[in-house]
Amino acid sequence: MKPNDPDIYWVEPPRLGLAEKLYLPLVVDGMRTTLRHLVSPKVTVSFPEERPRIDNPLIYRGVHRLNRDEQGRVKCVACFLCATACPAHCIDIVGAESPWPDREKYPESFTIDELRCIFCGMCEEACPVDAIELTSLFDLTGRSREEMIFDKEKLLSIYDMTKDAEPMRTAAQEAER
Amino acid sequence: MSPELVVALVKIGLLIFGLMTGAAYLVLLERWIAAWVQDRKGPNRVGIPLSRIRLFGLGQPLADGLKFIFKEEYTPRHVDRLLFTLAPLSILVAALAAFAVIPFGSVLPASATPEGMRGPIELVVAPGVDVGLLYVFALSSVAVYGVILGGWASNNKYSFLGALRSSAQLVAYELPLGAALVAVVLATGSLRLDQIIAQQAASGVWNVLVQPLGFVVFVTASFAESARLPFDLPECEQELVGGYHTEYSGVRLLMFLVAEFLHMVMAAVLIVVLYLGGWHFWGLTGSTNEVGWGTALVRVLVLGGKTLMVIVFLFMLARWSWPRFRFDQLMALAWKVMLPLGLTNLVAVAAVVEWGGIRAGKPSLAAVLVLWGIGATGWLAAGWAAPSAADNRPRLEPS
Repeated sequence: MKPNDPDIYWVEPPRLGLAEKLYLPLVVDGMRTTLRHLVSPKVTVSFPEERPRIDNPLIYRGVHRLNRDEQGRVKCVACFLCATACPAHCIDIVGAESPWPDREKYPESFTIDELRCIFCGMCEEACPVDAIELTSLFDLTGRSREEMIFDKEKLLSIYDMTKDAEPMRTAAQEAER
Repeated sequence: MSPELVVALVKIGLLIFGLMTGAAYLVLLERWIAAWVQDRKGPNRVGIPLSRIRLFGLGQPLADGLKFIFKEEYTPRHVDRLLFTLAPLSILVAALAAFAVIPFGSVLPASATPEGMRGPIELVVAPGVDVGLLYVFALSSVAVYGVILGGWASNNKYSFLGALRSSAQLVAYELPLGAALVAVVLATGSLRLDQIIAQQAASGVWNVLVQPLGFVVFVTASFAESARLPFDLPECEQELVGGYHTEYSGVRLLMFLVAEFLHMVMAAVLIVVLYLGGWHFWGLTGSTNEVGWGTALVRVLVLGGKTLMVIVFLFMLARWSWPRFRFDQLMALAWKVMLPLGLTNLVAVAAVVEWGGIRAGKPSLAAVLVLWGIGATGWLAAGWAAPSAADNRPRLEPS
């Protein structure tokens, strides 16, 4: 790009007054900000002993769960929209004909590789029936790679674990309304 | 062994041990302050090894040191092997050797003098060096060789850019530093650091109260000399990866980092000794060499405490308060602002000394007022006339 390119425009720096040129007010200003932060309450916590406070669990992007409907069945209809939306290709679904009359398909197996997942939340966005959701559990650990590939039962059990603390998003939104 | 030799060896041992431990714990302090200023908690886990006792993270320097020692000492294939090893060694040796003439207290009481030694034990490794200040500044100029050698031997463009910046910066700021220094020497009439402290203690008027302009110039220049923010261009990590020590790892990197920290400590000690009265504090330490054990200890503590205050409040908090200068701003500040201010202060002090305003280190009230007036006027004039911004845009027409 040449210096006289018409697309370049120069931004004039703000003109300094005498107070700024003398530098002392800025010295005081900078020091005041620093000292204020030096004594202000800390935002980090001593993690394993102290849990961080999560402001709104409904929009937090932690471990996935598979929601159940009122009769305790998996809500997923095996439409593959989440697997298609997933940028990390970590969702693997095997669809099968549904044994229930209210839908055509259901997931025979539903596995998420939590090590591949980047926790972007696109699966949650894509899901048309609000079956897959991200919880506020963030400190998942495992001793092997296999252990971190979550199958359908595991994902459903996460729902059972977290449903009281974090209601399903649709339900929560309706309750808000 | 003669008693002088034993005393000297003990002092050297104490000094090296104290400096190394001090530098390690200052690193921890710096990390704490960095964390607190950024609203974090900072390192607070490492305590006594092999136990669960945490002690607020006071074991962290040990862990840091062990980590550095056990890291792979990698030598890239494209470097100049001899200079690559020589550079950190030279910079560390120079940084440590400069402390030989720095007093870390005043004197021990006469009862502590061993048989066959003249005079009381002075708390400085090399007592009575008449060119003390010259020695310090000669050795701190050697530091720039370490930096340039490191940058050159690394054979890496970031290292080299860092070294170039460093050499230009150190050379530019040595002038205002020297100008401020000469003014102090003029007022004192001695290059000996203990003499400079003794005169401030005798008159009870610290040099900062007499030469405010010189103090400002000296502090600014010593920030630049020790390459601390806001003048840390030799190694600014956002632009140059790591500057001149980009290619270093393991113990050799540790040497560079320790040497840098020692430069900061040296700058702080010099500020304290030259301008803030050294071991003297009104009504606490007395001002003569007739001391008991209590006074001797208090003087060591006062000197250490002042140095710590300068390090924390000037060097560490300043780091998080102001953004880094651009290189042309750095140079403009050195040549267009700091050098004229330093010279103004020098001429003013010389005139005051010539007309008898400062007799044997004791300034008269009129002299102090004149110097403060000149300081304020100079600062105002510099602020008024200083170019606030340089026009760096490329020329449209080739000239």
